[in-house]
Amino acid sequence: MGKMATREAYGRALAEFGVDERVVVLDADLSKSTFTVTFKKVFPERHFNMGIAEGNMMSVAAGMATCGKIAFASTFAIFAAERALEQVRNSACYPNLNVKVCATHAGITVGEDGASHQCVEDLAIMRAIPNMHVVSPCDGASARAVIRAAMDTPGPFYVRLGRLAVEDVYGTYGDEISFTLGKANTLREGTDVTLIGIGLMVQQSLKAAEMLAQEGISARVIDMHTLKPIDVETIVKASKETGAIVTAEEHNIIGGLGGAVAEVLSENAPCILRRVGVKDIFGQSGKPEALLVLYHLMPEDIVKAAHEAIAARK
Amino acid sequence: MDKITEKRLKLFAANMRKMIIEGVFQAQSGHPGGSLSCTDILAYLYGERLHVDPCDTANPDRDRFVLSKGHCAPALYAALTLREFFASCEIGGLRSCGAMLQGHPCMTETPGIDMSTGSLGQGIAASVGMAMMGKLDKRDYRVFSILGDGELQEGEVWEAQMAAAHYKLDNLTAFIDNNGLQIDGPTSEVMNLGSIPAKVAAFGWHVIEIDGHDLQQIENAVHEAENVKGQPTMIVAHTHKGKGVSFMEDQAQWHGAAPKQDQYDAAMIELNAAIAALEV
Repeated sequence: MGKMATREAYGRALAEFGVDERVVVLDADLSKSTFTVTFKKVFPERHFNMGIAEGNMMSVAAGMATCGKIAFASTFAIFAAERALEQVRNSACYPNLNVKVCATHAGITVGEDGASHQCVEDLAIMRAIPNMHVVSPCDGASARAVIRAAMDTPGPFYVRLGRLAVEDVYGTYGDEISFTLGKANTLREGTDVTLIGIGLMVQQSLKAAEMLAQEGISARVIDMHTLKPIDVETIVKASKETGAIVTAEEHNIIGGLGGAVAEVLSENAPCILRRVGVKDIFGQSGKPEALLVLYHLMPEDIVKAAHEAIAARK
Repeated sequence: MDKITEKRLKLFAANMRKMIIEGVFQAQSGHPGGSLSCTDILAYLYGERLHVDPCDTANPDRDRFVLSKGHCAPALYAALTLREFFASCEIGGLRSCGAMLQGHPCMTETPGIDMSTGSLGQGIAASVGMAMMGKLDKRDYRVFSILGDGELQEGEVWEAQMAAAHYKLDNLTAFIDNNGLQIDGPTSEVMNLGSIPAKVAAFGWHVIEIDGHDLQQIENAVHEAENVKGQPTMIVAHTHKGKGVSFMEDQAQWHGAAPKQDQYDAAMIELNAAIAALEV
């Protein structure tokens, strides 16, 4: 199993799909961190550094999109989704423009930079904006598929990417994988409980399913790479067939994956739900791996939540 | 500018002013003051300068216009109506449910709108993006934008100006509709902008100061901007809020208020007289 950060895969996908001359890329003085520099090396004339001015970058990207461009605008998630929120909303989403906000360094695995840079609210914020698609791949191969889908689907996107190198789930970067925007991937079948993950919590969910299997508990694992539009059918099926669901996200438990799944369940097929995520608190500096333990985002935490969900169902 | 053109554009502007008051009166909502102050600039752009075609609104080579002070949409709608982008009856539905003309410009609803605006500071930034793509694609179109002076209090305006100078966008010409008033009062009292021309020049722009109601000065400035190489041009247009309706002129309270029936009647008498005088 190889490892790659989804941000690195993003840069490679830009360089690969950037042969399409509609692609323009904007960055806000973080191109080495966001990996848009990988695109810049191949297509320097279509890479634009906008300086440390994220709000302006989003409106400029929108102006470019009115000229028939597919504008990829990148910075850290905290600045993309929050500092530049109103520009994303009014300049890109309201006019339904082809602006792809690709936000790296999402979640607490930003690590040592600490809470000011650990964005745990972006999924909730971005999915509340009309016209916006919200996607978060879990590995390099799926990040490539997500960028391809974002290019091929008109309208604004929020793509949530991570800093940390993560284990391959689907394969290595460049592998053609089965990926449909808005259609969740069931990675493991199971009948006792369903674990729905997003981003690097997909890997944690797969490990949790292994641990549960050793106890004789059959856990289904779903990669909910597209948070919006969410795959209602797959969630309802999981509810009806397993009767207990655990969501896992490197994000506040309010409004993100857990919130979205709760909405679908309560309107369509109520069942017991437990949400694994950041418990409505800010992060802190530390090694990413240590923070995952500290904030209860480990496979063990998902296992514990699965036990609770199964117990509550009975 | 020859006399015939000047007269034609004055009539264009006078008819715009009448439509602005008509629309805001019908809606009993909207921003007449700032719409009337940027009317002459828009009359020149849409009546004379912009290469745009109502039958070909998506032409990649068309000139772009972005109303960064989006609340002055009635003025833009009036100009687009006179250029026959849509029927003149639409202005009567301004700001009402189900109608085409939104309170602020909406590019997905209204033909001829190049960018949805309304949140101050974002329009000029979008204009920068359009001008950058003109350079990238080696197209000869020009991008025009109008900002409010109060709008300059938004930080994004300065981020956008920095970027426009950095990318040497000599295909971008922006106007500041410098009427000196914003909702809460004079800009100098709400948040003093200091010397606008000096600040804009310090950001790397070519700056021209004009009387924003003088069509000849507007034309001269636009022509000067077209000959500037390697930097964008800001035309600081000194204007009067409410220009053309005497009781609205230079009054901050007409920023976002609609006229009542008697005020509407008085405005129409004045505007009709102005049109009649031009039609002689």
